[in-house]
Amino acid sequence: MQVRASRAQRIGVVSAAASVMAVSADTAFAKGAFPPFDPTFFASQIFWLAISFGVLYWLMSRIALPRVGEVLAERSTTIARDLDQATEIHAKVEAVAKDHEQALAESRRNAQAIAQDARTASARETDAKRHATEAELGAKLAAAEKTIADRKTAAMKHVETIAAGAAAEIVGKLTGQSPTDAETAAAVKSVLSA
Amino acid sequence: MAAGGGIDPIHQFEIKPILGLRPFGLDLSFTNASLFMVVAVAVISAIMIYGSRQRATVPGRLQSLAEMLYEFVASTITGVMGRDGMRFFPFVFSLFMFVLTANMLGLIPGSFTVTSQIIVTAAFAFLVITVVLVYGIMKHGSHFFGLFVPEGVPGWLLPFMVLIEAVSFMSRPISLSLRLFGNMLAGHIALKVFGGFVVALTGAGIYATLAPLPLFLAVALTALEFLVAFLQAYVFTILTCVYLNDALHPGH
Repeated sequence: MQVRASRAQRIGVVSAAASVMAVSADTAFAKGAFPPFDPTFFASQIFWLAISFGVLYWLMSRIALPRVGEVLAERSTTIARDLDQATEIHAKVEAVAKDHEQALAESRRNAQAIAQDARTASARETDAKRHATEAELGAKLAAAEKTIADRKTAAMKHVETIAAGAAAEIVGKLTGQSPTDAETAAAVKSVLSA
Repeated sequence: MAAGGGIDPIHQFEIKPILGLRPFGLDLSFTNASLFMVVAVAVISAIMIYGSRQRATVPGRLQSLAEMLYEFVASTITGVMGRDGMRFFPFVFSLFMFVLTANMLGLIPGSFTVTSQIIVTAAFAFLVITVVLVYGIMKHGSHFFGLFVPEGVPGWLLPFMVLIEAVSFMSRPISLSLRLFGNMLAGHIALKVFGGFVVALTGAGIYATLAPLPLFLAVALTALEFLVAFLQAYVFTILTCVYLNDALHPGH
């Protein structure tokens, strides 16, 4: 496309040149050949063009282009290496952050377990203490109850003996006959247990 | 124009010997044209060699310019010829830089435009075609001439097609050289003509008030000529790449 455009442009420009040249033809051709078509210096032109272009080609291909190419290649490798390094470091940082988070979660879990253990242990201890106290109190209660019962039996025995004595005396006074001890004891027992 | 007496737009293309050299009866004088060839080589070397002397990873201004030119030509070559076209890189780069620098130097007032000489552009064009022919035949032998035999053409038409292809191939150096020559010549003549109008009008009494008009046009034309100077160097380079591509891959 560019080539086509430039061709059209060339035709236009050349025709413009032709018209301008026609205007100046009187002055130019009157003096001699149109300078660009004058072959006087063709050999010199080609000679010096060959020398200067040859030198340019040599300088470019031997010195300038390898050097610039080297710089460009070096820069692209440097950039690639730096980018690689950056991604590597980034990956490392992410791994470290992950590890850190993992460690944090683990220690949190540990702390929770320790707290749970402490809570259960203290609960168990309290329970044990309470049970011991309760047992002690129960034992004391039982002993007290037994004492009361013993005292009651003993008291009842005294009551029987006093009642038998009193009954024998009452019977003796009323009938003049004194009952035997066994008879009064049986009679008192039957009355008391009734 | 002062030396030519009056305003002569052709005067700027005249070659004047600076140092006469006549070995074996040949006139190999060092002329103003030769001087600007040498200046072009010096300018290119200054940019490419002096500019890249530090080989800095972070480039300075001149090194940036050198790298930009390098990558511009390299991408042009790989775009047209692919990776293996890079074997022509030094040649195409030298060609592009020489034509571009010669065109640009020509825009300095009072300087000489090397590329406005038909013999110079013709020499470049024939150099390109010679490289194409020599490399094509060396690399592909007779297979290279398959370039002139398009595929899928009926047998009776083939002789005509081969003839047309051959003529088109042979006209390449002519069009290549005339395009650059014509553009540079016409541009510089137009610039000089408008410059001449300014001078003529300023010396023409009441009409001197019109003098800024062609001056403005000359300024605009100078801007256009900078574009043309680059564009023609680029066109020359890209066509060189297209022709070299035929030598590399003659099978289309």
